Amino acid sequence: MNWLFDFFGNGDNWSGSDGIPMRLLEHIEFSVVALLLAMVIAIPLGLLIGHKRRGAVLVVVTANAARALPTLGLVVLIVLLVGVGTTWPVLIPLVALAIPPILVNTYEGIRGVDEDLRDSAYGMGLRGGQVLMKVLVPVALPLILLGLRIAAIQVVATATVAAYVGLGGLGRYIIDGLATKDFPSTIGGAVLVAVLALVVQLGFSLLQRVLVSPGVSRRAKVR
Amino acid sequence: MITFEGVTKRYGDGTVAVDNLNLQVPTGAITVFVGPSGCGKTTSLRMINRMIDATEGRILLDDQDVRKIDPPTLRRGIGYVIQQSGLFPHRKIVDNVATVPYLLGWDKKKARDRAMELLERVGLDLKMADRYPFQLSGGQQQRVGVARALAADPPVLLMDEPFSAVDPVVRTSLQDELLRLQAELQKTIVFVTHDIDEAIKLGDTVAVFRVGGHLAQVADPSTLLAEPADDFVEGFLGRDRGIRRLSFVSAGDLAVRSEAVVPGWSVALDEDNRPLGWRPDGDGAGLQPFGTVDLKKDSLRAALDAALLAPSGCPIAVDGDGRFAGVVTREALDEALTRATRGPSDG
Ligand SMILES: Nc1ncnc2c1ncn2[C@@H]1O[C@H](COP(=O)(O)OP(=O)(O)OP(=O)(O)O)[C@@H](O)[C@H]1O
Ligand SMILES: [Mg+2]
Repeated sequence: MNWLFDFFGNGDNWSGSDGIPMRLLEHIEFSVVALLLAMVIAIPLGLLIGHKRRGAVLVVVTANAARALPTLGLVVLIVLLVGVGTTWPVLIPLVALAIPPILVNTYEGIRGVDEDLRDSAYGMGLRGGQVLMKVLVPVALPLILLGLRIAAIQVVATATVAAYVGLGGLGRYIIDGLATKDFPSTIGGAVLVAVLALVVQLGFSLLQRVLVSPGVSRRAKVR
Repeated sequence: MITFEGVTKRYGDGTVAVDNLNLQVPTGAITVFVGPSGCGKTTSLRMINRMIDATEGRILLDDQDVRKIDPPTLRRGIGYVIQQSGLFPHRKIVDNVATVPYLLGWDKKKARDRAMELLERVGLDLKMADRYPFQLSGGQQQRVGVARALAADPPVLLMDEPFSAVDPVVRTSLQDELLRLQAELQKTIVFVTHDIDEAIKLGDTVAVFRVGGHLAQVADPSTLLAEPADDFVEGFLGRDRGIRRLSFVSAGDLAVRSEAVVPGWSVALDEDNRPLGWRPDGDGAGLQPFGTVDLKKDSLRAALDAALLAPSGCPIAVDGDGRFAGVVTREALDEALTRATRGPSDG
């Protein structure tokens, strides 16, 4: 506990370019950009293969194989390829990390929608795109959001690798702390990451409440 | 009118689900497709709204080949009700019912007003309108399914075993409700079931399919019961065809005697002229059970039932308000039964 106080109680840690607010902001920036990039790639792809039911095996197998990639190795590889000085060495591995859960959950969510429901939507005269956007997506939304949440938490936890290649973020406290045996800094950094992950978790719970129809989450009250 | 012209459906795996079907579905009436499981009823039905496309042959909807109409456009003009209701779980009941009006671009208020009107029509409490499907019972969901199919007032309604997932009591009330609605709306309805009793109750015309998608017989229920085309149809119809057929013969032709007496018995009436029971002649024995028949709306089957309920053996005729209208003698009943068996009557 003392260590925590040493870290968080130290006024110097709260200002400047290596202060907590700045590092937090950098960390959030990496995470948000990576997550958005992953969403732009994985959601449309997941919707498409879930709806068309084509190419699913290939895509899902590839996505799951990507999960096995060692993130740190990827970071180093990209540094070797593009050099330091850009954020790509962090972003690309984070995007690669975020894609599988989003893709697989979106795909499974859409594909798993009750066959009779799909059938009745077509039977009412909805067109393919309308069936997807007006029926399948709202019904699959809990699973899609779950995929996003898993991805977001992984990204937030993993964005610490930025520090290995000289970039900012909360990883700095952890890595630099380890290097200089400044354990309060290491632990403080880890706590910040954990808190951020918790906030993400909370944020997604709220999002779920706002976005998912009570008819799907079954929490509507009978009037 | 819906016309099947030499329609065949062969699935990818080679299964011939429907083989050279030729059939006319008359406008404004209920046509039931009935037959054992796997005989091609659903396939035939779904070829009408192009949920399945025929391999060969044509289906005409009022002289227009359905293959020439873009499927979503075609389907918006045809109501479709399935067994599992298929309601959209994320939408409130009222919005579920308004699905097709929304698709057709009606304004929101008009579509919702129409939805409320239909919920009422199918006998649902309007406070259900703001609920979600999971908050309704299976029977209520089926009613919503029917309301949804009717929302844009399509001339044609396709119903695939819509009532088979609910318990028998609810099923009976849904069937009655459909008949009542149909009397008002006169839609062209194709109704699929594997339950012959449901087919006989609902159908103006019954098309009996046998496995392989062949038509075994197409007839009105009374003719079907009286003259099954072959052993398959006879077996499928089951027992008691004679009695069941009497449901389609009106009791209106029964001769009625206005005196409240038959040999050995007299009818006891209350001050309002409603029958209380049969009183035996002679000693002061109590009132005995009785059965009544309303000649204006009941069938000969109801008359026979009324006869079997009373120790006197005679049905008591009543008017629409349940007041005594006369007594049907055994001789009169006998004559009517004889007439009825002399040939199918559409009562
Ligand atoms: N998509 C499909 N692919 C291959 N065969 C099919 C397909 N759909 C139906 N069949 C076959 O076609 C035949 C007719 O099926 P259909 O669903 O029309 O029967 P049904 O009369 O509606 O039966 P049930 O009363 O069980 O619903 C069956 O032998 C069935 O196995
Ligand atoms: Mg079927």
